[in-house]
Amino acid sequence: MKVRSLLTAMGFGASMFASSAAFSATEIQWWHAMGGRLGEVVNEIAENYNASQSDVVIVPTYKGGYEDTMTAGIAAFRAKEQPHIIQIFDAGAATIINAKGATVPVADLMTDFDIEDYIPGVRYFYADSDDKMIGLPFNSSTPLLYYNKEAFAAAGVDAPPKTWEEFETIAPKLKEAGFIALAQSHSPWIFSENFHSRHNIQMATENNGYDSTDAKILYNNDHMKMHWSKVKEWLDAGYYGFYGRAWGDNQDAFVQKKVAMWLGSSGSFGGLTKSAEFEFGTTFLPYWESITKEPTGTFIGGAALFAMSGHEDEEYDAVADFFGYMTAPENQVFWHKETGYVPITNAAYSAAKEEGYYESTPDAEIGILQLSLPGGEWTKGYRLGYYVQIRDVMYKHYDDIFSGAASVEDAFVAMEKESNELLERFSATYK
Amino acid sequence: MKRVQFEHSSIPYLFVAPQIAIIVIFFLWPAAQAIYQSFLLEDAFGLSSQFVWFRNYSDTILSTSWLQSAGFTAIFSLLVTFLSLSLALLLAVKANEVIRGASTYKTTLMWAYAIAPPVAGLMGNLMFNPLIGDLYKFFNAIGWDFNHKLDAFDASFVVILISVWKQVSVNFIFFLSGLQGIPKAVNEASMMDCRSPTRRFWTITFPLLAPTTFFLMVINITYAFFETFGIIDTTTQGAPGGATTTLVFKVYQDGFRGADLGGSSAQSVVLMILVLILTVVQFRYIERKVHY
Repeated sequence: MKVRSLLTAMGFGASMFASSAAFSATEIQWWHAMGGRLGEVVNEIAENYNASQSDVVIVPTYKGGYEDTMTAGIAAFRAKEQPHIIQIFDAGAATIINAKGATVPVADLMTDFDIEDYIPGVRYFYADSDDKMIGLPFNSSTPLLYYNKEAFAAAGVDAPPKTWEEFETIAPKLKEAGFIALAQSHSPWIFSENFHSRHNIQMATENNGYDSTDAKILYNNDHMKMHWSKVKEWLDAGYYGFYGRAWGDNQDAFVQKKVAMWLGSSGSFGGLTKSAEFEFGTTFLPYWESITKEPTGTFIGGAALFAMSGHEDEEYDAVADFFGYMTAPENQVFWHKETGYVPITNAAYSAAKEEGYYESTPDAEIGILQLSLPGGEWTKGYRLGYYVQIRDVMYKHYDDIFSGAASVEDAFVAMEKESNELLERFSATYK
Repeated sequence: MKRVQFEHSSIPYLFVAPQIAIIVIFFLWPAAQAIYQSFLLEDAFGLSSQFVWFRNYSDTILSTSWLQSAGFTAIFSLLVTFLSLSLALLLAVKANEVIRGASTYKTTLMWAYAIAPPVAGLMGNLMFNPLIGDLYKFFNAIGWDFNHKLDAFDASFVVILISVWKQVSVNFIFFLSGLQGIPKAVNEASMMDCRSPTRRFWTITFPLLAPTTFFLMVINITYAFFETFGIIDTTTQGAPGGATTTLVFKVYQDGFRGADLGGSSAQSVVLMILVLILTVVQFRYIERKVHY
């Protein structure tokens, strides 16, 4: 009796499964790294897309942080169980793009694809050396300066600094008013990679690594060493706060009014409007006037969506259809408004402008304006292997600079050596 | 003379089969994979690979960061093992002597047993948070210029403190049951011979506890090597400047975060050999001094 009812139940279950499979023509797996509020928005996008048509069902799955998601994708690929779409972050781009045959380029996938449709700052970051887009920029952010307006008023400072020279004049005033002037949340991204982009300085040989994996890092340059000597001076003088490597610890210092200015991501905007109990503004990442009079734009940060290889043609049609949906202006604007990430196409940016979104929230436009600043030879991005480890190497030596365990000179020499060893390993592996 | 022959049966093999299968699937197979992988330079997705002999070993093991990590691991394991064993022993001896409210003391001391290392790490992280952490504030208030985000010593202090705290209750349970296993008669006899409780402890109790201590030592070294991963991952993540990166954490950093399979496999193999040597040393030289 029991066995029979169990069998009936199983049969019923199987027929349910079969019928649902018949209805949903193509199921597309999408692995992403967007937790919390961002994850909810991702689910909303998938639901909206699934409701908009009946041929494709997108199944988003949260796989943890950026590194976890990449590792999960790699493990799945090796076991031939890879998802159709995976979100890979900026530092992991070299790993997936250089693994020949791991992905299908978006430029090949999408019908009537034109790279010129994308805003300049995001256009080439996930492209190959021939400017062919491989990964579709998804959550694109850029480093911005956030400042506490109340702190500025208390210290009698009118405007946020445009340059680091200006920063040096206002930092003592903020200190007198009881604030540490500045903290920032990502030394490699903000004070290294984007430092090069903002000043249009070459970051690595071989065209910042785009032309070949046989690249060498150029971080050990005078501009970087000057900047970091200054940062160390600021730290010792009480103008700069370091609350650890973790992103949130430094952001918390800003939220809790310990520091008056914080360098974070344009994607932090939405979260800050909820957590900060004071009026704050945003502005561009400062630059050194002593290095350049004509500062350039910044790199994008964040991640892109890659179509993994090894699936059926009809599934790629479905992926292309979904990518088309994702890049449609109305969906980009939705994503932009919900998360603070920048819209990636010119059409979406215009749509947000026409809507009057930036008139009501001018700060939301700062990120995209910064990305649209005139570009230079070295502002389109970088493509460096084992960059996740290189960032760990950088963190390590920046810690040593902060703590005084190493001089700026020694730290950069060691950083250059260790980074180049990693690049050399990568080059030998990904020929 | 006819030799006694038992009839062979395959049933015993059947009984050990699950155990053997588990060892093969979860230990031998991955270990063999790691050894194989450690000789290859292979892209993360497994699309191309080349045999490179010992390049992965020379690239990683000779690097300054690995040597730094090995040094920290040695000191860290030694301190965690020694401190968590001695503290637990002290607490167990004291709790064993208590007469009134004994079970309250014991339960309270065992309390932390069920806490997983990452949870212990998260709790420690809160207590040492520079903005809201009570311990952070306390240390700075008593005049210790404490900053574990920048100071290597302070960061090591944090991870060792949390690791020891988490392990003390486990050791406490074993020591307590070990103490309770010592026959009353032996204790009473020794009381008549010697008045000094300290001397009685070192000459009678401690040697009788030796099997427990040895067992716990092996367990604790393994704990310090491997399980503390969760604590380090949730607190310092190896910072500052790689000062709290244990070997296991480095394997994770290079292999899981960085997708360098060959390099992290080579490190795993070296780690495996190190632990093997350590275990052999423990059983050959230290266990000799233990009387069961």
